[in-house]
Amino acid sequence: MSITPTAKTSLSLPGDNVREPGRTRTQRLFWGIPYGIFTTALALLFIGPMIWTAVSSVAPSPGTAQTHGWGLGNYVQLATFQAGIITYIANSLFVSLLTVALTLFISLTGGYAFARFKFPGKNVLFLSTIAILMVPYSTLLIPLYVLLNSVGLQNSLVGVSLVLTMFQLPFSMFMMRISFESVPREIDDAAMVDGCSTFSTLRRVLIPAVKPGLITVGLFAFLTAWNDFVAPLILINDSDKITLPLAVANVRIQAQGVVNYGVTEAGVVVLAFPCIILFLVLQRHYVRGFMSGAFKG
Amino acid sequence: MAITASDSFGVRALAHRVKGPRYALLGWLYATPTALFVIGLFIIPVLLVFQMSGSDWPLFTGNQGWNIPSNYQHAVTVRLFWESIRFTLVYTVITTVFLLLLALGLAMLVQESTRWKSVLRTAFLVPSALGLASASLLFYVLYSPVAGPFSDLMDSGGFTFLGTPQGALWSTVFLVIWRYAGFYMLLMLVGFQGIPDEVYDAARIDGASRWNTFRYVTVPLLRPTFALTTVLSVTGSLLAFEQFYILTKGGPDNSTITVVQLIYNVAFQGQNNLGVAGALSVIVLGALIVINVFQLRAFRSPAER
Repeated sequence: MSITPTAKTSLSLPGDNVREPGRTRTQRLFWGIPYGIFTTALALLFIGPMIWTAVSSVAPSPGTAQTHGWGLGNYVQLATFQAGIITYIANSLFVSLLTVALTLFISLTGGYAFARFKFPGKNVLFLSTIAILMVPYSTLLIPLYVLLNSVGLQNSLVGVSLVLTMFQLPFSMFMMRISFESVPREIDDAAMVDGCSTFSTLRRVLIPAVKPGLITVGLFAFLTAWNDFVAPLILINDSDKITLPLAVANVRIQAQGVVNYGVTEAGVVVLAFPCIILFLVLQRHYVRGFMSGAFKG
Repeated sequence: MAITASDSFGVRALAHRVKGPRYALLGWLYATPTALFVIGLFIIPVLLVFQMSGSDWPLFTGNQGWNIPSNYQHAVTVRLFWESIRFTLVYTVITTVFLLLLALGLAMLVQESTRWKSVLRTAFLVPSALGLASASLLFYVLYSPVAGPFSDLMDSGGFTFLGTPQGALWSTVFLVIWRYAGFYMLLMLVGFQGIPDEVYDAARIDGASRWNTFRYVTVPLLRPTFALTTVLSVTGSLLAFEQFYILTKGGPDNSTITVVQLIYNVAFQGQNNLGVAGALSVIVLGALIVINVFQLRAFRSPAER
């Protein structure tokens, strides 16, 4: 599988040209109706489950905290679950923001080094970074659990962030390397002739140029860290240090082993809401990051 | 003119200067954070998992010294070892086939840039923004015989989604496809974009039908995309964990235990034996490398063979 960068960014595709000629307006209308029904149904299949969950989290239902009339009973119950939902949101935000910060810092400096410098061991280091992709998550989490214990980072959200950052590195480093490589070298040369050091060239000239890459990398790091389930499951023991996905998975089962579906729905909404908003706001970027050919097979 | 000349001279002199040893040193300086992370959190743990797999290493008392090859002998006789391998393989094949076919279909459906199609593209992609754990919890409620929208239907039909081994398998496959189809569609669209317009022009001039254009132009030229998506889907499915951990908890009757769930159970639930878990991890790692090498070979174009 060779991964080559390309510069195409538009979403118009070659298929545009193969629309069959000679279809009359009536024919198009005739085919348009079943096509419209089919595609709408398909879209609903993808969005429906989310809408259903959001609606039923505030709808009255027996066996939940919201038995009569519409309201926020499930959310109120969720808010007071164990250490309180605010604690879990804070834990998740801490892990996510630290992961984003670390990922951006490491892939920015590393991407710059790989794209612009020659130094001994460069290829070995880059290939080792990409090799993280080849090793299963679970294979690494058990030794990481032992390793973090031995350096005093057991049961620590910082430890979780370090691990999540490491798993983000192959994608982020690849993305930042091609982002830097697509900036013409003449730009750095000009800045250096003007007396900039490599650091001020990076800060003043290159960071603005690779901003789309940074946004894609940051968005990915945030979504991954916010949603990650396995790393905190293995690395965190205290119930007041767990992150939101684990807390919502725990809130399902009430004391008597009865499943509380209402609270689970509310929890899923709280988990999913920031991701969907972030995705819709940055969608253009996210799609373009891919379409710019980062993943050309 | 004089200015241009001196400018280009300056650049060339600079290029000479920065290629020296100082430049290599700066390169290392910028690469240091990467190197620290890769060595500390990747290379050392990989070496450690090999050491664990050859050592007596209980969860709570730590390393008790070498015991090669006892962990490996133990690993293949762990209860549910072969069942979990069989189930993981079945799950992987089903998921990959349906996921890639659906992703290809969706990509063809939305590849033209109209307003409605970009709405569709967004609709298909939104589930990808959810975490796999969130999506699993969402479907946990949807599939519920008590609170789900199909509970009445299940009551009158006398069936449950997660009650039988087959039902649990297909319900999970549906969840995973729902979550990932948009993302794989995006990868397919990237593949479509890599096919030059001229090829389609040539096919049209030759009078190729839509089907023939698809069969003899699009499919062969998408080979690298199929390779990437297959490797991603197979690797991801072989390492499945959260969806089963949340949705089925391995049930009913341990029928949906995956290999990674087995490793997790051996390490942290009950046996607490990191040595055997390490041995199982090494076996999975080896199998994954073999499977991926095999896949990449299979997808090489005939010219490269």
